[in-house]
This record gives sequence, C-alpha cells and structure tokens, in this order.
Amino acid sequence: MSAPVLARALACLLLLGLPHGAAAQMTHDHAGHGAPPASAPATGDPGDPAPFGSPVMDQHVFYHLMLNQLEGRFGATNSFRWSGEGWLGTDQHRLWLRSEGKLADGKVDDGQQELLYARPISTYFNAMIGGRYDLDSAPGRGWGAIGIEGLAPLFFRVAATGYVGGDGRLAAKLEGSYDLLLTQKLVLQPQVEMNFYSKADAERDLGSGLAEIDAGLRLRYEITRKVAPYVGVTYTGKFGGTADFARAAGHATDEVRFAIGLRTWF
Amino acid sequence: MNRRRFVEGLAATGLAALAPARASADTRVDLTVGTLPANITGRPRTATVVNGSLPGPILRFREGDAVTIDVRNTLRESTSIHWHGLYLPSAMDGVPGLSFPGIAPGETFTYRFPIRQAGTYWYHSHSGTQEQAGLYGALILEPRGREPYTYQRDHVVLLTDWSDEEPMTIVSNLKQQGDYYNRNRRTLGTFIEDTRRDGLGAAADDRLMWGKMRMSPTDIADVTGATYTFLMNGQPPAANWTALFTPGENVRLRFINGSSMTTFDVRIPGLDLRVVQADGSDVEPVTVEEFRIGVAETYDVIVRPRPQAYTIFAQAQDRSGYARGTLAFRSGMEAAVPPLDPPPLRTMADMGMSHEGMSHEAMGHGGMDQSKMDHSAMDHSTMDHAAMGRSMPAREIPVTNADGVDPRQLAGKPSVDNVAMAPKDRLGEAGTGLDGNGRRVLTYRDLRALAPRRFVPPERAIEFHITGNMERWMWGFNGKKFSEARAVRVRLGERVRFVMINDTMMEHPIHLHGYLFEVENGQGDRLPLKHTVNVKPGERMSFVFTADAPGHWAFHCHLLYHMEMGMFRTVLVS
Repeated sequence: MSAPVLARALACLLLLGLPHGAAAQMTHDHAGHGAPPASAPATGDPGDPAPFGSPVMDQHVFYHLMLNQLEGRFGATNSFRWSGEGWLGTDQHRLWLRSEGKLADGKVDDGQQELLYARPISTYFNAMIGGRYDLDSAPGRGWGAIGIEGLAPLFFRVAATGYVGGDGRLAAKLEGSYDLLLTQKLVLQPQVEMNFYSKADAERDLGSGLAEIDAGLRLRYEITRKVAPYVGVTYTGKFGGTADFARAAGHATDEVRFAIGLRTWF
Repeated sequence: MNRRRFVEGLAATGLAALAPARASADTRVDLTVGTLPANITGRPRTATVVNGSLPGPILRFREGDAVTIDVRNTLRESTSIHWHGLYLPSAMDGVPGLSFPGIAPGETFTYRFPIRQAGTYWYHSHSGTQEQAGLYGALILEPRGREPYTYQRDHVVLLTDWSDEEPMTIVSNLKQQGDYYNRNRRTLGTFIEDTRRDGLGAAADDRLMWGKMRMSPTDIADVTGATYTFLMNGQPPAANWTALFTPGENVRLRFINGSSMTTFDVRIPGLDLRVVQADGSDVEPVTVEEFRIGVAETYDVIVRPRPQAYTIFAQAQDRSGYARGTLAFRSGMEAAVPPLDPPPLRTMADMGMSHEGMSHEAMGHGGMDQSKMDHSAMDHSTMDHAAMGRSMPAREIPVTNADGVDPRQLAGKPSVDNVAMAPKDRLGEAGTGLDGNGRRVLTYRDLRALAPRRFVPPERAIEFHITGNMERWMWGFNGKKFSEARAVRVRLGERVRFVMINDTMMEHPIHLHGYLFEVENGQGDRLPLKHTVNVKPGERMSFVFTADAPGHWAFHCHLLYHMEMGMFRTVLVS
C-alpha cells in the first residue's frame, strides 16, 4: 500500500466521526489535494493542470450504510436477524464494514463482523482484503479475509470471501442476490448465503464442509429508495457436522419461517 | 407504467421579483453572491443566488465595451462566476483552480475584460454545486452593428432544474445507486408489455442482451423529475412564467439551458421556431417545430405569434417532467399544456453498436460480446478523421489520445462500462426521444454559420473517449478522472481538431472554455461556432479551433455532477 493510499485511508477514518454535511464540506473544500491558501499559484510547475487547486471533487469521500436485512423471523422458533454493510471512501479506495448475526433466546449466533479494504479490479467487481471476527455469544474467532464482490451479468449481486483463521482453519462465504422489479417500487429479492469451514469447531457448533445455508425470498415496497419494509420467507439449513451439533442440542436443522423487516440505507 | 408525477411547484414562488438589471451604458456592474430563502415546491429551502434573485439579473453589455464586474461573496464558502462562452483572458474566466483561487468569503473579486462578441450567453458559479442551488443568470451581448434579423420583442427563457435535496445528497445517492432517480426502470410489467408486442422470445432475448451487458435501456437521465422541479426563468410550471408580446410583433426568445443535469426538448405548439443563433453565434435561419437544448447550450429563435396564447413547453429528455411558460399578449392567459411524450429507450446504436447499416463482419466481430470483439478494426492511429463522411478533402494528420491512452485498453477498466465499437456520425439525428416523433426537429447538421469562413484544416487531432461507469457512477475521459490526468497541452496558435468518441450510453454536453469552436458538421465553409456540443451516445464527432488564447482552459462535460466526478480536463495553451 503506497503512502497516498494510507493517507487516504487515514482521512477516511478521521471522517468517520463527522456528520454528513461536515464531512462533505471538509472534503469539498479540500477537493483533491488541499485548498490553495493564497492568490498565487500553489505550484510553480507550468504544466500543472490546476495551479490554484482542484476545480472538481473527483476524490471526494462518500459513505453509505445499508441494512439489507433487519427482520424478525417467525416459525417453530422466533429470532431476529440483521445483515448490513457500510462503505466509506473514494472510487479507488474504500473501507467496508460488514456485519450480520442472529438473536434468539437472548443469545447471538452467527455473528460475523468484517472490516475490509476494497478497491475496484474491473468494471463491476471489487477485491477486498481485511479481517473478520466472529463476535457473538459463542467463543470468538478471528480470521483474515480476502474476497471479491460485485455485479455479475444479468444483474446478480454476488460476493465470495475466503478466510484464514488460527490453527490452519479455512472458511468461505458465498453470497448472492437478485432484485426482480415487479413495479418501480415493489421488488422481489431472492437471496442466499452459504458458509463453509475446513475444520469442525465444536465450541461454535460448526462441522466441516458446508455448514449453513441462509436464504430468503423477500418482497419489499420502496416507500422511498432508502426505506423499504418487506415481508418474506426465509430458509435456514444446517448441514453435515453442523447439523449434528444442532440435533444434539435439540434444534431443528431446517427451518422455514415467515419474516417481516425493513431494508434501509443512509 | 408507474411513474411518479414530478413536482410542478407552487403557483407563486415567493422569490424576489425578476428585475432584469441592465448595465446599459455603465459598464461597471456590482454583483453580490449570497443566499436567498426559496420555496419552489412548498418546502422552504435556501438558494444560492446573485443579487438576491433566482435566476440572477440579466446582464446586458455591448460588443466593444470594456466591462468591470465586482463580485462580492457574502457566502460562508468560496464562490466564483464563470462567463460561459466568452472570449476573455483566462484569469478572468472564473474557474477556481485554473483561473484563480476562487472568491473567498467576504472578498470581492473584480473581473475586467473587453466584450469581443455578441449574442446570447450566460453566467454561473463554477464552485462546487452552487450552480444547482441557483447561482446562474443570462448574459446578453448586444452587437455593435445591425443584426441580420428583425424583432420587436426580446425575452430570455432560462431553463433550469431545481431540487429540494442538497446537491451533495444527490451525487451521494448516485454513488450508491446509479439509477436512484430513474422511476422508469424496466419491470415485470414492462416485460409483459414487451412480450405482448414482440413475443416472448424477442422480449426475453432483449432482456438477456441488456442484462448480460449490465446496462439499462431506460438510462436516459441520471437526475430526473423524481427530485427536480423544472424552472423557466426561475418559475415552476404551476407559476406559469409569461412572456408578453403585442400582436403583430416578431418575438425573439433567447433560450438558455442553465440546468445542472437536464437536457430539454423545446417547442411552442402552434408556432414555427426560426432558429437564428446557436451558442450566441448567428446561423442561417432554419425553421423547426422543436429543438433539443443540451445543458449550457443557447438557441435564439424568432417567432411571430398570432393574437392568442401559446405554451412554451420544455420537456426533460427522459419525460419525467417539464418546464413551462406562456407566450401571451396579456398576462393571465394560458394555452393547453401538451402531454409529456412517452419516455424513450436507448438502442444498440447508443452503445456504439450497430444492427443496421454496418456489417459486423466488416468490423471484424461476429457478436455482441465485447470481450470477443476485434478492437484492432478500430485502430485510431490509422483512421482518417478528415474523411469521416465530410465534404472536406481527406488529409492525414497526426492523431493522439488526449491522455496517451490506447483506447483498446479501455474495456473492462473500473471506470469504463462500455466502449463504442462502431461509433458513428450522428450529427444528422435529432437524438434519443426525438427522431421519428413526427415533428420537424433541429439537428446539428442543420446549423450553418451565417457568415462564410474558409475552413482551415487542423495540424493535428486530439482524441477524447467520453467514458463512464453507471454502476459505480464514475465519469471521465479516456477512463481517467481529472485528478488522474495531466493537462492537455496545445501550442499557442496551433490549429487543432478535438475528436469526441462517446463510449457511454448518455449524451454529454462538452464545453470548452475561452473558445468558440467550429463543429465539423459537413457544412463546408459554414461550420457553426459553438461553445458546447451535446455529444450523443455512440457518436464520433469533431470540432476545430485555433488556440490563440493562452492559459489554463477548462474542458468538461457540463452535466454538473459528471464534471465534479472528474469528466474534466485542463487544456493548457502555451
């Protein structure tokens, strides 16, 4: 990572604490590479394209926070599920935060929190590198993470992430979703997430191989682009050793439930 | 179709009265940039304006005047005023970063320059997003001599777009979701319509083709009536801005598109429009029923109304709304407001591909898959630009890419979602949404300079690919943003051709500061002079100018947010 990249990343972190307007103003005033202080040209380079500072804001730091799933699931058992992501940065350099988990009977499980650095690698795909920490009611696990995410042909949104943990543990997560527009505001979204592990982890009730599929079919109504309540059907399936752990604990290995929730972004 | 009706605005805006300030004989003008409480839609907002009015005052100068304009900044941020389309010293051009550092809060900057031309122009802020917030006005330069047309009445018709949202919120929303403001996306409903019309197979093939490219044919405008209220001289449609005339008069209407992001299609049902000026320069009069005006362009038309009311109708290109006023012989009159035309769709031609008229085999590719296309057929270094269907003799001149980029390397870059494989001359087309509408619509090919001018061939050509990525909402030239590019160097006195190749699916109003250039539209010694040219998707076009004014000149897409995202270059003449 080059020095400008680090500086940019640091600027991103510093801006995290500022409200939108303040951050916009700050980065705007310093659009590009710092505002010129005086009326004299900032550089003596006769070929400088902008001797008095950048005329545009093409290095502006933007940020958004999206909660894709914020839902109650109701069936044989009830739980609350969240899944969201946020990003902050320029076109070239972004910090991503991804968070998901389930809350049931006062316990959080499947809590995956990720902090990633992303940069674009092609027209529609970004490469990401960073870390994941499984933070929930079970013993925590730290992972290094590397992956890609983007928009596949036919508008499928996909992400694939590989993880390296302690003791040579490997894991992988595959995600995909598709927005089917029934009308301009009514959107049917099939979505699936799969988690894989190379080694069993009894403390986290995980077997090796495909551990879990979490899928949903959600029908949302976009009151605005940013506020969309939805209803849906979710499926959670546990497989292999993970299913054995579930059975041993008296839990179901397959659950189809009704969901009601809110998709929102800022 | 489930399109939200755009906000038509309040009947009375409560803004300061439109008081055209006339500089007349006095060539010293004081302007103050400040804020103004504005209520366009029923929600109180703050506009950023000149001299307390939205739009700013109409400034009138005479050709040959030496003008002095003091601009005082009462904002809490830096500001600037750019005199769009004027020949002037680059230090007076008003582009922060290039001409000067901008006008700091509390400061006054004095612009001094001679007026070297006549015609309809405009001025606007070149700082941040102030232009979107209302910092613009008309600039009328009266000729020393007699004008080659007669009229008894003269009205400015300044078209703009207003949003109650903060401009930075608009661009931020687009960064997250490129089609955020598109309320005309393809849905299950439009698929059923397509199936009924074209059959299931054809409808499905069409969806698959666009889906494979991850593009949308409904991508007409980035920012739409979903957030915009379209204004005519600062008035929303409901306020019905009225231009008065006395029956029997010829009325000159000076149309200026001062929008941030909106292309308008303008007509006055019941009246022929005699176009006499484009971008401030006289053209041979051409009579049309309708014309498209890209952002920052101006067209002067002369009409001869009968004693009745007429609607001046300017619909946004994506048909998500309109600006409207009335041409009437007394105030309070109204005429019928026509319905919006159906929203248009992009085609393969807009992708720079061609179904008809060009053999795929001839281009060296057999399918639509970009990755398999033979780019070598487009080798720019061997293309004879001067012979592109023009009437002028073919002549080999050196061609360089403005950023030293090999266009064959553009495809697949994060900043590029499409490369036009077969860009073509589209100057004879009225454009997406207009061609074939049954009305006589102006095209760039129709524009002929009033005065003949011997065409002086350029010494070299500089090529710009207009590139973007709708999904990432990135915009630039040759796959690069401003901050990633160097200045485009042109020798003082050099005669150059700029070749524009639009790889994106949208029109881009490309503006060169400090010059009026000759658009190579095949009109021989009558090439029209323009400061802004709305380049169509999939189009290759060119213009020529003599770089006789030294300095740092801005060259950019005049869609405000495209410019801010980096579709901007410095042309450095030295």
